[in-house]
Amino acid sequence: MSISRRRFLLGAAVVGGGLLLGYASTRPSRQSIANRDYAEDGQTFLTTWLRIDPDNIVTVIVPHSEMGQGVLTSLPMMAADELDADWANVRVEQAPATDLFANGVLVKGFAASMGFAAPAFLNRTMDFVTLKAAEIMNMQITGGSSSVRFTGEMGMRAAGAAAREMLVKAAAQAWDVPASEIATRNSRVYHEASNRSLSYGELASAAAQFEPSRSPVLKRPDQFTLMGTSVPRVDIPAKVDGTAQFGIDAMPEGMLYAAVTTSPVFGGQLQSVGNKDAALQQRGVVRIVELSDAVAVVADNYWRANKALALLQPVFSSTDADNRSSTDIFADFDAALDNGERFEDVVVGDAGQALASTADVITANYRVPFLAHAAMEPMNCTVLFREGRCEVWTGTQDNLGIRGRVATVADLDENSVTVHPFYLGGGFGRRLPMSTNTIDQATLIAQQFDVPVQTLWSREEDTRQDYYRPAVSSRFRAGFDSSGNLVAWENAYIGKNEPVEAAHIAYSIPNQKIDYVESPTHVPFGAWRSVAHSQHTFFLESFTDELAWKQQQDPLQFRLSMLANKPRHARVLREAADKAGWSTPAPAGRARGIALQESFGSIVAEVAEVSLTDDGRVRVEKVTCAIDCGRVVHPDNAASQVESGIIYGLTAAMYGQISIEQGRVKESNFHDYEMLRLSESPEIQVVLLESEGASIGGLGEPATPPISAAVSNALYALTGQRVRELPLKNYRFLPPPVERGAVDA
Amino acid sequence: MIELQINGETRQLDIEPEMPLLWALRNELGLTGTKFGCGIAACGACTVHVNGQAIRSCVTPVSAVQNTQITTIEGLSAGGLTPVQQAWIQHQIPQCGYCQSGMIMAVSALLESNPNPDEQAVANSISNVCRCGTYPRISKAIAGLIANRTDTPFVDATAEASV
Repeated sequence: MSISRRRFLLGAAVVGGGLLLGYASTRPSRQSIANRDYAEDGQTFLTTWLRIDPDNIVTVIVPHSEMGQGVLTSLPMMAADELDADWANVRVEQAPATDLFANGVLVKGFAASMGFAAPAFLNRTMDFVTLKAAEIMNMQITGGSSSVRFTGEMGMRAAGAAAREMLVKAAAQAWDVPASEIATRNSRVYHEASNRSLSYGELASAAAQFEPSRSPVLKRPDQFTLMGTSVPRVDIPAKVDGTAQFGIDAMPEGMLYAAVTTSPVFGGQLQSVGNKDAALQQRGVVRIVELSDAVAVVADNYWRANKALALLQPVFSSTDADNRSSTDIFADFDAALDNGERFEDVVVGDAGQALASTADVITANYRVPFLAHAAMEPMNCTVLFREGRCEVWTGTQDNLGIRGRVATVADLDENSVTVHPFYLGGGFGRRLPMSTNTIDQATLIAQQFDVPVQTLWSREEDTRQDYYRPAVSSRFRAGFDSSGNLVAWENAYIGKNEPVEAAHIAYSIPNQKIDYVESPTHVPFGAWRSVAHSQHTFFLESFTDELAWKQQQDPLQFRLSMLANKPRHARVLREAADKAGWSTPAPAGRARGIALQESFGSIVAEVAEVSLTDDGRVRVEKVTCAIDCGRVVHPDNAASQVESGIIYGLTAAMYGQISIEQGRVKESNFHDYEMLRLSESPEIQVVLLESEGASIGGLGEPATPPISAAVSNALYALTGQRVRELPLKNYRFLPPPVERGAVDA
Repeated sequence: MIELQINGETRQLDIEPEMPLLWALRNELGLTGTKFGCGIAACGACTVHVNGQAIRSCVTPVSAVQNTQITTIEGLSAGGLTPVQQAWIQHQIPQCGYCQSGMIMAVSALLESNPNPDEQAVANSISNVCRCGTYPRISKAIAGLIANRTDTPFVDATAEASV
């Protein structure tokens, strides 16, 4: 379900218009609505995303959620830079979850990234249609590493530049001088010739009389004053003194707490609940709420609710999946790959023919398990129904989407639902609007009360009721011609997912056939940081490494030899390798591996340097990462995101495994769904590269995909053991390198 | 009635002796800076100080911490940001920020009790989970704090003094 929704968003964008690289702009009607509904006491909106107060405070309204990626800093920087605002007097607010702040730019960005374009003269019409699409689709989404590259580049910068032009026009009119004689800096407008100046605040209401330009002039990179600098992040002070408010911290007056047990087998229905009397007699317990697939205890304290919940004996219906295990699922995958209908993903040349004519066909089968997100803040949502209206307190990657979802579940008009945004204690795709089981439960439980109820999942529920990264199997065949050139690449994998290009390769290989086979499971799935790239990059870049060793070629040179037409890819590989000391031997007992992937508009190469512990476990000593994201808005935060993406991917590579047994998830908490910790965290070096004229790329996800292959490839270089299935915790490696070059079957 | 000394104040609570300190802090006292992460002492998000020592409040019954000085993240900086909190800003550590209260409490207690922990001591002591992967910056911050140690205490001085 979640994937079709994700596709629907993209499809709707295409159908709904957009289809262009345009500027965000605001129709006058929207601007006047904003002024009417949201401006207070002399404040004036210049566009939907900017507000300038009479006291010269500029407020940037961000239509994305802050989940640690720094969006509350980077987006305002982009607007403030174009506006020539004084950063010290810029404030940041998260957009309210109303249609007025639907993010049309995001729809356009996704559409543009799919390669569509439309003539400029259609902009005006397209803009309106896109905006409507955004409203309908509840587009306030934070995902796809999209904030800076779409909202920022197309929205925030244009908003800042348009607002600046309006202020200049207002000053020109007030002073009766040509606009060309007017300069702006630090939130003031200057006319040097007459030695006059006015603050933006003084001009704001006059400026708002002008319509925002459809095509404001943006700065050249050499004119940037904020973009490209590392200003301190605005959200950090509240995150070191305990005052930052996450969804779980919401505490509206009179709130009760709900603890929930959901059918452990996905799809099971609640049939009966035993021992209710005992639970109801527990101190603080208010009510037991039975849902179609879950039972909840509502109490005046979460611990009391959870304690009483443990006394209940819920019985869930049996399902077709009651006896299913991971072993069965992977067996189904194999059967589907053997006999299932194949759907074409990529066809170049004739791989079958090429393989038939090569002497030596190299084959390998890979697979990875399901993964949970394990955001640190367990899933929660607080809801209040009162007088026909509904209020929601939660941290989500799409406040508008959640508003729509709650309205649907509660059968209310969307305008009767108010969503209060919070910081997210981790998102990683789990808090996207298509993954709403917690929200649905919270809504249904709270409907039975006239006080706010916080539905809070235990870590066990969080681990066992996720929308998981799908398990995937992937099979490869490849062949070299008699001169040693890689001439055929054949790949078949389970389950087409987003982004559609995840299994495509950057390397120039004349014959390619990439297919997929569908083999649905009963396990719910959703977007997990970098989505399909995290599985496929492990497969693609491990198999590429196998081919390099097979040919007894250096893995770096082997890749470079197939990247003559991809200079940006070649450059990140070289940079990562250079900084990692690739051309010099690794220290004794260590070896290096390299991997490459482009995702979300950024190209990333990572070199991992690994060693073994005394008991044969992998230790990742150092990771060197080069990333070309086109242009860097906030270098320090960019590095932060890269470090974060690497640790997230490394945790999955080393420990990540959700196992299905008897239809349910076996793992439950951090003791059996293990996490990388400080003691195992590698040294990480990040090299940020820019490419003049290139589109800006994402940063939240692209560093995650390559790390599993980089580590696995390093392990092969060190031990001669090829890892074709994750996680690494299931292996013990032998220290002395066995003979390399052979591809062990 | 349970009597607790929290951030220098005496609080009387009509709660069960076995209630974990975490839920007394969050649900009974509204001190939400201390976070719930796992409930089994496996992640450290709920770390607070008891007599200056780091403990995991999700598995610590309130009965076990009567007659002690309890400090939460809210109390740590009552007299201004501590060196650890300042280092967290200097190194721009928090991302989502959810684990950082516990992380800061754990690091503060370690550095107060051990003036010069080696890498192993840090690794053994700081087992808190951060899903955003802020570990490399935390390592740098700790190294800096050790190298540039001053007389400023790392934990709430009143709580430490009363031990």
